[in-house]
Amino acid sequence: MKKALFLVLTVTVGLVACGEYSQVPNYKQGNYQGKSDVRPWEGEKFAGNKQAWENALRARNQGQTEYNRIK
Amino acid sequence: MARMKFLCDTERCIECNGCVTACKNENETPWGVNRRRVVTVNDGVPGERSVSVACMHCSDAPCMAVCPTDCFYKTEEGVVLHNKDACIGCGYCFFACPFGAPQFPNGPAAFGARGKMDKCTFCAGGPEENGSKAEFEKYGRNRLAEGKLPLCAEMCSTKALLAGDAPVISDIYRERVMRRGKAGEAWGWNTAYGKPEQAAPAAKEAAK
Repeated sequence: MKKALFLVLTVTVGLVACGEYSQVPNYKQGNYQGKSDVRPWEGEKFAGNKQAWENALRARNQGQTEYNRIK
Repeated sequence: MARMKFLCDTERCIECNGCVTACKNENETPWGVNRRRVVTVNDGVPGERSVSVACMHCSDAPCMAVCPTDCFYKTEEGVVLHNKDACIGCGYCFFACPFGAPQFPNGPAAFGARGKMDKCTFCAGGPEENGSKAEFEKYGRNRLAEGKLPLCAEMCSTKALLAGDAPVISDIYRERVMRRGKAGEAWGWNTAYGKPEQAAPAAKEAAK
């Protein structure tokens, strides 16, 4: 009886190590898996108004050409 | 809205380093990290040119291809950004980038003492809430969410550095070439944008 109990305990303790799970992150090649980002017009200033954001950016874009100022 | 691009008109760049200073101040990057810098070629000899270089936000970005943790992503506007939480500081992106854009601030990361990679974000922040303190501390200022263009281009005294919507800045450059009668070199343009647009992951999956 004691021998059987000893055997069971030894096997149980011995097999505990086999239950260890992999701690290495599983990366899927080629896909971004990080935090998602919000789009620029979804911030506080434009509150989802994409058109207003595009207009603001268009005005800034045009500000880069000095020929507009001398026309 | 089309893709966001940088264009450095080498005929106009006077090597004032205003763009470098503006970037460093706006994003409060640490010592040793210059997201943008001015490179002079043929220094002191006829034909000398200066080019303002930073991340060009390539169509088919090599940094995205080599990153072992896939921490890079591309926004709808074509801006290449990365997630610093996933970056392990391996430095592969630095070797892959034709422009030397990835910078390493020295600090803790999984590999060595390089620290987590830092690069130009087109003043678009990163994967944190727009305009939040966390975003500013990790990625710098998010000017795009404020309806503004990158400060380096907006501060450029001679408007050599153009940033913004690809068709618009191409038109601006084309008009300059017509007026001055000389096509300078739109430096790095073919290297960065000469390849087809990298497909979105969803499209890639669908194609399989």
